[in-house]
Amino acid sequence: MLGKLFIVFIQVGLFSFGGGYAALPIIQNQLTNVHRWMTTLEFSDVVTLSQMTPGPLSINAATFVGMKQAGLLGAIVATYALVIPSMILCGIMSYFYYKYRDLTLVKKVLRVLRGSVVALILMGGLQLVQSALFPNMSLELKESILFVGIVFLLVKFKVDSILAISIAGVLGYILFYLI
Amino acid sequence: MYFKLFITMFNLSAFTFGGGYVIVPMMRKKFVEQLKWIDEDEMLDLVAISQSLPGVLAVNASVLVGYRLKKMKGAIVSSLGTVLPPLIILAIVTVMYENIKNNAVVIAILKGMQVGVSALIFTVVVQMILQLIKDKNYYGILMFFMAISLAVFLKLNTVIIIALSIIIGTIIALYEVKNNVG
Repeated sequence: MLGKLFIVFIQVGLFSFGGGYAALPIIQNQLTNVHRWMTTLEFSDVVTLSQMTPGPLSINAATFVGMKQAGLLGAIVATYALVIPSMILCGIMSYFYYKYRDLTLVKKVLRVLRGSVVALILMGGLQLVQSALFPNMSLELKESILFVGIVFLLVKFKVDSILAISIAGVLGYILFYLI
Repeated sequence: MYFKLFITMFNLSAFTFGGGYVIVPMMRKKFVEQLKWIDEDEMLDLVAISQSLPGVLAVNASVLVGYRLKKMKGAIVSSLGTVLPPLIILAIVTVMYENIKNNAVVIAILKGMQVGVSALIFTVVVQMILQLIKDKNYYGILMFFMAISLAVFLKLNTVIIIALSIIIGTIIALYEVKNNVG
């Protein structure tokens, strides 16, 4: 079982281009159709869990499946199998990046590329803002107030990211539970 | 240094809800703005590389940042820091999933944190866009709009957008180099 988990998640890691939701269909196909390790319903639970808990979706899915199939050891094997291809490929790419990045041509290509990278991060960010402020397609008042408040804290007082998120959690408890 | 790298990644990962597009801006804020270990341009290059490789974006980025700081050992330490929090948390959550799923307090706190994260991303992205303008990176700004159009209107996958951007970037760079020489 551990060997099988290892092989399947190495494949998922190797072929899940685009990260996060782009990799979702690949992961789902492997886990619910090819191996029947979980039902579609369980898979959608994993997606929900991923939104509720920290960490990338595919890591969460790997941990969840590993845990269900072979306990804690299974979770560890599946999660690390997922990550190994990333580590090897990124190690190789880093080597080349630092070897060649001072070449004028490479420098110029990277400079132009920066625009696209910022655009892609913006797109990812907007999706997040949308699901946080417009959960049911209409603008939510409490969420918007909290959003503006946190932006204010970050810009005006340069609050640390983790502190800002923790404050948001406490305010969330007050706004969405107590009130 | 290793310990600090590990702890920093561990904290970022433990508080990062959602995948790569959340943790990457957070890494930038931490490593570029606060610790000043990496400069702005280099960080964006590392993000570009992590986006063009398969695998988990957050892990790719953390491996690259770790490698930048302390070579292979740094990459291993950094990725451990990124992977452990979701591994630990999800292992626990899987066991008590049914109880957590419907707990109103947990849902309220998580909702607040989700709004907090989106506010954070929003401010970081605005800063990144301002940086493009400040650098007078006109081709970059052009690519910014091109990438958005490709994503919105043609619904192209991230990897394809990055690949196209590399091709166009190479053409522009070759043109510039040729003009400088000639």
